Amino acid sequence: MRALLRRAPLAASTLVVASAVAVAACSSSGSATPSSSSSSSGSGSSTAKTGLKIFVIPKNLGNPYFTTADSKGTGGALAAISALGDSGTETSGTAATSASQIPAIQAAITKGANALVVSATDPTALCPTLNGAIKRKIPVVTYDSDAPSCRSLFINQASTSAIGTSEVDLLAKQIGDSGEIGIVSAAASATNQNAWIGYMKTELAKYPKIKLVATVYGNDDPATATQVTQGLLEQYPNLKGIISPTTVGILAAAGVLDSAKYRGKVMLTGLGTPDSMKKYVSDGTVKAFELWNPANLGYLAGYAAADIAGGTLKVTQGATFTAGKLGQFTIGADNTVLLGPPTVFDSANINNFNF
Amino acid sequence: MEHDVDAATGGGGGWGRLRPAMRWETGLVVVVIAIAIMGSSLSPQFLTANNFFNLGLNNGEIAIMALPMALIIISGEIDLSVESTLGMSSAVLGVLWADHWPMLAIFVVVAVVGALAGAINGLLVTRVGLPSLAVTIGTLALYRGIALILLGPRTVANFPTIYTNVGIVAIPHTDLPYSIGIFIVLAVIFAIVLHATPFGRSIYAMGDNAEAAMFAGLRVKRIKTTLFIVSGVASALAGVLFTFRLNTAVQDNGTGLSLDVVAIVLLAGVSIFGGKGSIGGGFLAVLAFAGLQNALLLTNFNQEATGLVTGGLLLVSVFVPNAAMFVRSIRRAVTRMTRRMPSEPALSMPRKDT
Repeated sequence: MRALLRRAPLAASTLVVASAVAVAACSSSGSATPSSSSSSSGSGSSTAKTGLKIFVIPKNLGNPYFTTADSKGTGGALAAISALGDSGTETSGTAATSASQIPAIQAAITKGANALVVSATDPTALCPTLNGAIKRKIPVVTYDSDAPSCRSLFINQASTSAIGTSEVDLLAKQIGDSGEIGIVSAAASATNQNAWIGYMKTELAKYPKIKLVATVYGNDDPATATQVTQGLLEQYPNLKGIISPTTVGILAAAGVLDSAKYRGKVMLTGLGTPDSMKKYVSDGTVKAFELWNPANLGYLAGYAAADIAGGTLKVTQGATFTAGKLGQFTIGADNTVLLGPPTVFDSANINNFNF
Repeated sequence: MEHDVDAATGGGGGWGRLRPAMRWETGLVVVVIAIAIMGSSLSPQFLTANNFFNLGLNNGEIAIMALPMALIIISGEIDLSVESTLGMSSAVLGVLWADHWPMLAIFVVVAVVGALAGAINGLLVTRVGLPSLAVTIGTLALYRGIALILLGPRTVANFPTIYTNVGIVAIPHTDLPYSIGIFIVLAVIFAIVLHATPFGRSIYAMGDNAEAAMFAGLRVKRIKTTLFIVSGVASALAGVLFTFRLNTAVQDNGTGLSLDVVAIVLLAGVSIFGGKGSIGGGFLAVLAFAGLQNALLLTNFNQEATGLVTGGLLLVSVFVPNAAMFVRSIRRAVTRMTRRMPSEPALSMPRKDT
């Protein structure tokens, strides 16, 4: 679990870079997009084909994050696929590497998949395999982690600006719109972290009484993150709040703040997983933090894949579709669909989540 | 084949030692046929050229590393560092390519890195006298660490198509991926060296009894070091193929492959205690291992449980060759106990003294 979440920022950072590249070469991925699955009788376009075989291929199996995103029981990808009358199967390797994921993708294609829902272990390594699927008119929907040059549609879990601004808003509410705050980031060079922090600084302009005094780097290592958080607290005794937009950093910072000295006096928010943060929410160290809801991410990806394969959704910018319980979505630039604002976890709802 | 097996048992072994080896390989042929029947009955796509191509692609690097591993285990040692040598070679390839080195120069450097990695293993084992299990667990971590330092969190992925095609397209006029073509050529060379040269026979001799081999005048240390170097170079080659197949040099390339390689070698009938095994068995084991994993993927078998199947297979392949010995030792124990029965009063005699 922790290994994955440490990877998540890395994957997200490659995503940011990759999407920039993809925007530069905008038309290339669009032209590879299949309009629907195989040809059928003329009237097929108005009513959705059902009974299709859709394979959901997370980065690896046995990973709580993806189990939540994919399972029928949690309302994930397989729930959407079966709600649309298709048959979904989750498959992948046991290690989160492209060498382990590729055989599962190949097998899914060999087994006659009508659509693939893939969280890419690598933005480029899967491309020969995924392009093979697209050549056979099998739509490929990526979720969680994109492979921009070899998919039909990407379901983006959260926009960079939404994560940056919403974390500032969350913390501002907790500290009463005034006081000194600090940021506990991951690596100084982490693209996604820096992009989020950039949006945080823009958002902070709305709160003139809040002052960002320092950004420290925990390198997504629990020991380092703990040390730099302690240092931050000693250097700035008047610190009122900390934002840590990394699951490793927020957990380490929560551990430091979990004492009578700081509890309730220094507020903490950022990106965290409900399971790891439950303890700190229940003892009052942390009031609220956020992350996207993986089950909704999987549901949307499964729904979109079934719609594309069923012929009711054509992948073009501006096309809209309704994804069951989640409502209406629009395909944005570079054939990307945004899941929406991140989910905020607090003492009222945290026990409903298990990942 | 029969000739190979004959050579495999050192020629002087006679029929008594030849027979079990033959039975193992015939058993493997049966297993391979059984997997083919099972696979094709469960999935109509199993016996298709396209599927075989994929199956070959996904196992080519492992198969290549299994060849020197077979020789090393026959000689009575083991090399668990192969996956990290693969990863380190991949990292070197990535870093130098990102630095705009010409590809041919990079190949030379990667081969040298592989040879050095193997030489370090070999010298620590033969000259310092450390157990190869411990040494190669150490270098497993060490070489991976070097890959991590070289690449960090970076991914190098802009290799030219002419090279990445090696991992995507088949050899012209065939359905074979390049890595399997290379494996077949190497397997023939390894079979000739192991089964038809004095060098090969001496590998069996030292696996049987290293001391006796040394007294017989065999250069055990030099031969073992050579084997580790060959393993390092083969792993470097596997690293290059792996990198091109995935078009990705990343620090964790190849993680976990060492145990797959050892599993294939043991399945091939190579004794973990050394002294026994053949390249023909290795070839069949690659087919069985790759075929089984592919069949499990094509059927809707729970993927999380493939470890149970491959692990079980490994246990069976270790147990069966030793089963005869096991049964014999039980029988001996039983006869000893039954013989003791009448002499029980004699055994209890000393107690009276106390």
